[in-house]
This record gives sequence, C-alpha cells and structure tokens, in this order.
Amino acid sequence: MTNKALRRLAPTVALLAAGALGLTACGSSGGSGSGSGSSDANAVQSALTKGGNLTVWAWEPTLKQVVADFQAKYPKVHVKLVNAGTGNDQYTALQNAVQAGKGVPDVSQIEYYALSQFALGKSVTDLSSYGAKDLSKTYSPGPWNSVNINGGVYGLPMDSGPMALFYNKKVFDKYKLPVPTTWEQYLDDARKLHKADPKAYITSDTGDAGMTTSLIWQAGGKPYKVDGTKVTVDFAGDQGTSTYTKVWQQLVSEHLLSPVPGWSDQWYKGLGDGTIATLATGAWMPANFVSGVKNASGDWRAAPLPQWQAGANASAENGGSSLAVMQASSNKALAYAFLQYANQGAGVQTRIKGGAFPATTADLDSPSFLNTPFPYFGGQQANKIFSESAKNVLPGWSYLPYQVYANSIFNDTVGKAYVSSTPLSGGLKSWQDQSVNYGKQQGFSMG
Amino acid sequence: MAVLSPPSAAGRPATGRRRSDGGRVGRRRLAGWGFVAPFLVVFALVFLAPIAYSIYLSLYRDQLIGGNHFVGLDNYTQALKDHEFWSGLGRVGLFLIVQVPIMLGIALLVALALDSGRLYGRNFFRISIFLPYAVPAVVATLMWGFMYGKRFGLVASINQHLHTSIPDPLSPSWVLASIGNIVTWEFVGYNMLIFYAALRVVPESLYEAAEIDGAGQWRVIRSIKIPAIRGALVIATIFSVIGSFQLFNEPSILKSLAPNAITTYFTPNLYTYSLSFSGQQHNYAATVAIVMGLVTMVVAYLVQLRGMRKEA
Repeated sequence: MTNKALRRLAPTVALLAAGALGLTACGSSGGSGSGSGSSDANAVQSALTKGGNLTVWAWEPTLKQVVADFQAKYPKVHVKLVNAGTGNDQYTALQNAVQAGKGVPDVSQIEYYALSQFALGKSVTDLSSYGAKDLSKTYSPGPWNSVNINGGVYGLPMDSGPMALFYNKKVFDKYKLPVPTTWEQYLDDARKLHKADPKAYITSDTGDAGMTTSLIWQAGGKPYKVDGTKVTVDFAGDQGTSTYTKVWQQLVSEHLLSPVPGWSDQWYKGLGDGTIATLATGAWMPANFVSGVKNASGDWRAAPLPQWQAGANASAENGGSSLAVMQASSNKALAYAFLQYANQGAGVQTRIKGGAFPATTADLDSPSFLNTPFPYFGGQQANKIFSESAKNVLPGWSYLPYQVYANSIFNDTVGKAYVSSTPLSGGLKSWQDQSVNYGKQQGFSMG
Repeated sequence: MAVLSPPSAAGRPATGRRRSDGGRVGRRRLAGWGFVAPFLVVFALVFLAPIAYSIYLSLYRDQLIGGNHFVGLDNYTQALKDHEFWSGLGRVGLFLIVQVPIMLGIALLVALALDSGRLYGRNFFRISIFLPYAVPAVVATLMWGFMYGKRFGLVASINQHLHTSIPDPLSPSWVLASIGNIVTWEFVGYNMLIFYAALRVVPESLYEAAEIDGAGQWRVIRSIKIPAIRGALVIATIFSVIGSFQLFNEPSILKSLAPNAITTYFTPNLYTYSLSFSGQQHNYAATVAIVMGLVTMVVAYLVQLRGMRKEA
C-alpha cells in the first residue's frame, strides 16, 4: 500500500531523487519503462529515509562492515546479515525457502553462474524499473553481461573474477622456468617441472566445472546458447572447447596435474610448499592466499592469463557474485537501496579495503586502486594485471539457466577423464548429453 | 450393529431393549476409539502422512518451465529405465553380498570368543570392539579418509616406508571396498553386542549336559550356540540389509576427497539426495525413494522368510 502511495507522489521529486542517487541516465531508458522507473527510483530514496528491516543472505565476509556502515548512515534501516552457507548450500536453502514461500530474505548473494536459474524461476526481481538498466557503464562488461538476463537486470554485480595466473616465483626461479604466456608454454613448463621434481606439479586439477568452463570461455568457446527458454548445449562441435581439450588432454594424460581436490587441506599445503606451482583463477584469490597459505608469503606473483593464441590478450571470468533482490521481498525499494550502497556506493571502497575485487569501472580504473602494492606478492601492483584482464574478458559467453545442476554432475561425466582412459572430449560430450536431458525434463526446448 | 452386539441371554429381545443395547455398545465403541485416538493421530501424522506425501509427490512433475503438473506414473516408468538408479542399486547390492557376510562373520567370531570365557581381559575387548560404533559415522569417515590419503595419509606413509605399492583406496575401482572397510569397522561392535547378548541367555545347563555327553567346543558352537542365537542372526542380517541399501554418509563424505570416483548416483540414497538438492527434482527423488523402499522391503522380507524357515 505504501508503495502505491509513494508512486503517486509528484514525479518532479522523482527526478531529483534519481539525480541524487546518481541515476543520471534515467531518461535514456526511454519509452514505456521510464515512467515507472523514475517513480520506483523515488521510492528507493523515500524507503531509505523511512527506514525498515532487511534480511540479507550472503557469505561474502566484507559485507559485514558494509552493513554496519549502512546502518550508521541510515539509522532507521535495520539489516540482518545471515550466512546461510557458501554457494550451493545457500542456493539449496534459498530454493527451499522460495518453494515454501516463507523465510525468503530480501537480498541474496548469488554467483553469476547461478543467477539465470533464479531469474528464470522468477525468484529474483527484475531491477530495470529502479533504474538498473542504465548502469552498463558503471560496471565492467563481464559482470554486467552476467546480470543481464532475457532483457532484464536481475542483480547488481558485487565483485568479479577476471582471471589471472598466480605462480610460485620461488619454484619458477629454482627450475629456471619461463612464466608462460601461452598455454603451450604452460604445458612445456608442466613437463619440465614434473621431470625436475616428481613431487611438483604445475597445478592441481581433479575436474572443476567452473575452471573448465572459464578456460573454454577464454579460448573463445560458446558451448551454451540461451535464448529465453530455448537452450543449446554443444561442446562436441565447439571450436573453443577443442582448443582447450587439445592442450589440457596432454596435461591429464601425462599425469602433469596434481590429483589434489581444490580447497582441501592438502591443496593449501601444496600451494604453500611449492608442489602446486600455479593457479589460474579469478582476481578474488589474493585474499584466500593471505588467509590460507600464510607460510608462502612473498613466494607468489600474479601474471596475465596464458593465451591460447600467441600474442592475443583474451580473458574470461571465474566466479564472482551479484546481490539480487528476491521476488518475495516485501520491501524491494529498500532492498535496492542497499544494493546500490554496497555495490556502487560507499560500500565498494569498504569492500576493496577488506580485500574484495570490485566490479565497478570507476574503481577498476582509479590510480589508487591500480597502484596498491600487495605485500603477499612481494609488493607487486597486482591490480594492474587484474584490471587489464577485466577489460579483456571475451563477450558473448552465457551459462545455462540450470548451471547449478549441470556443475553438480561435472565430476560424474568429465571427471571420468581424470581417473580413466576416457578422453576429456568424451567426458564433455556426456556432460553435454546429460545437461540436454535435464533441460528437456525441465521443459526447455533443447536445440 | 446387531451383528456386533454380544449374544443376548434373552434370546429374542424386544425392539426397545435392542435399541438401548445398541446404544450402549455404540458408546462403548466410541470410548474405545477415544483410547486409541491419541496413538492413531500420532501414527497417522508421523508414519502415514510422509509416505502419503511422497506418493503424492511422485505423481507430479515440477518443471522450471511449465510449472507443476500431474504426470501419473511417468516418474515410475522413468525410474525403471534409469541407468543411474540401477547402477546405484547394483552397487549397494554388491556391497550387501560381500560386506554383510564379512561383517557378521567377524562379529559372530568375536561374540563367540568373548562368550567362551577363555579370553583374558574380556571386558576390555568388548568395550574396545564396541567403541567404533559410538564414533559418529561422519567422524569415522573423515578419519578413514585421512588414512586413505595416497599423498599425505597412512597409505602414503606405508608405501613410502615399506616400499610397497598399495593401490589408491580412493580410486574408482577400490573405493567401494574402502567404504566396506569403514562400515565393517563401524558396525562389527554393534552386531557383536547383539550376538553376545543372545549368547548370554543360553542356559548353562545345556553346556553342562553337552560336557557330560563329551561334546567338544566346536560341537557346542555348532549344535547349541548357533541354533540358540538364530533369531539374533536374522535380526542382525535384516538390519544390515537395510543399512546397506541406505548407504549414504560414508560415500557422501568421501566424495569431497574422491570427487571423480564417487558419482552423484553412487548409492540410491545419494542419488535421491542429489536429485532433490542439486537438481530440484523433488518429484523424481520421491519416486526413487519409494521404489528403493519397496526393494528394501522385499529383500528384508525374503531374508526374514528364509531365517524363519530354518528356525522352524
């Protein structure tokens, strides 16, 4: 009711409010959307002054400080920050809450790969009417594409994971290995390293859906095509996929990959003692190095991601999350106000200080951000590499609208390639088949 | 009502009397229901309602596109043709055939040894063999998981120091045996206790009689002890059958250590879990659960029938 009443308020105030929020491009959303857009944006501002309660589900540690600052700035707003589990655990809880229609939070952290699943199920709100349509210049292209689903904006990017290669400089110096600029060279280093020290591996990989899809993305592959409810999955005929398997198959077949699962105790140990020499992953990794691999401080450095084609500068995203407003939220305007504060307002600086990697172009380009030295990386200004990578993320990639499920069966299918004679391409083919099957069962029209 | 009323001594009662009679009986019957009702309500709520709800779920299909609709027995025909479900069932079937006899055999041996009275430090043995059962399955599996580690675990150390080459216990071909080992370790004590308790109630006089007849220990075991605890053996077997079919904790925890060896459909229980929690296929998960429940019931019933026939 109050929402409706607010909507009836003079549209003149709306423009002012929109301006105050930095949504200067309000008019350009044009046509049908602009009217409701400005009044909703108005509602956002009034919601802040009016106050209310918000429940936020997120596991991102830096949000704690953001919530504290937000409440200090808007004393009438009370935010309850709940950690309902990381990644999949939280999605399970969230899906159960949505299905039960009870206990659904107002705001939820959702990773980019999972967002379209929630958008399609209409569990999250399209934020276009609040002015989110006009933020394309505010965020870097990778994350921005990820929150744009079927013509709507279903979340605001919180962080991003432009990929980089982290390598143990001590190991590379010891064996006089060149820092690889292409994946061919990476393969070469892998052979030399493992030969020099049979206990050392270039990296660890036991089959990780996120990493595999990211590397295929970097190789220019587009195995998933999503157009509304029309979905195509094609690894078998995808050019980028075969570029990836050609090199990676050799790493697997020649046992050049450490069989230690990621994020396990053994894995942290390996990163620390030099038996896992590199890690190709998202720019959010440094905070994990600092907290999880303390003993190797100073050993590691960041480098641009090796290329599939010599001389190219292609990159991809790995991980990263958005904050989304749930459809069941009773105070969407206030929820959006929180999103703005945390993801493009003062909250961004707070989170950068906490070690997060932003998705906002203004911060990615700011000299103070770029020049920040990383003591863990021996004082290297690693953000320069990450920021460059963010600009070079290849456009046009999309995840499946049910990527959460698809990733859960990755090890059933592609995982076979790591422990048997099944080739990677065969594993990817059966992953494709099972993903198509699931899509059919869920009512998608599979091309 | 007339049928149910107790035979009247009057033989041919008047209509009026019969009516009053019937009323009293009716009241008595209501009173009976009153006594049973609390139990029935709890029974219906706790036992029948979940089963009914599962059956209801299994007749629908909730899709991301198209929503929820009635599909009749489609989910069941899908389950019957589901390669992943059957491979999971086959795996627990194999587990059942191999692991259960080994576990019960060891448990029986230990129980007999304890009961023979020739064991020094009997109480200590009894406690230490039972102790693993008191360790939560999750903790036990984590513990064994560390020992199985081929790089830093016990297996690694043995291979390194004794220059052996024990195969990786967490490789696809060995992982089921490794799980069997954990389950055996966990449940030998529990089964031992069942057998031992049954052995304790065998009257001493039988043993004395056997001794007088000149029967040796083997003869006593074969002719007195084993027949005496047949009931306990049947019960323990049924529990183990059900336990095998419900295998979940161990593979689910080892999965994080051996993601490529343990699939999401490794056991039927793990399969229903993945279906409903990563696939959001609650309906199909309910179907698989019902089919699995029926299979378990049939197998447990067959075991019981066979056990009873021997007993008779």
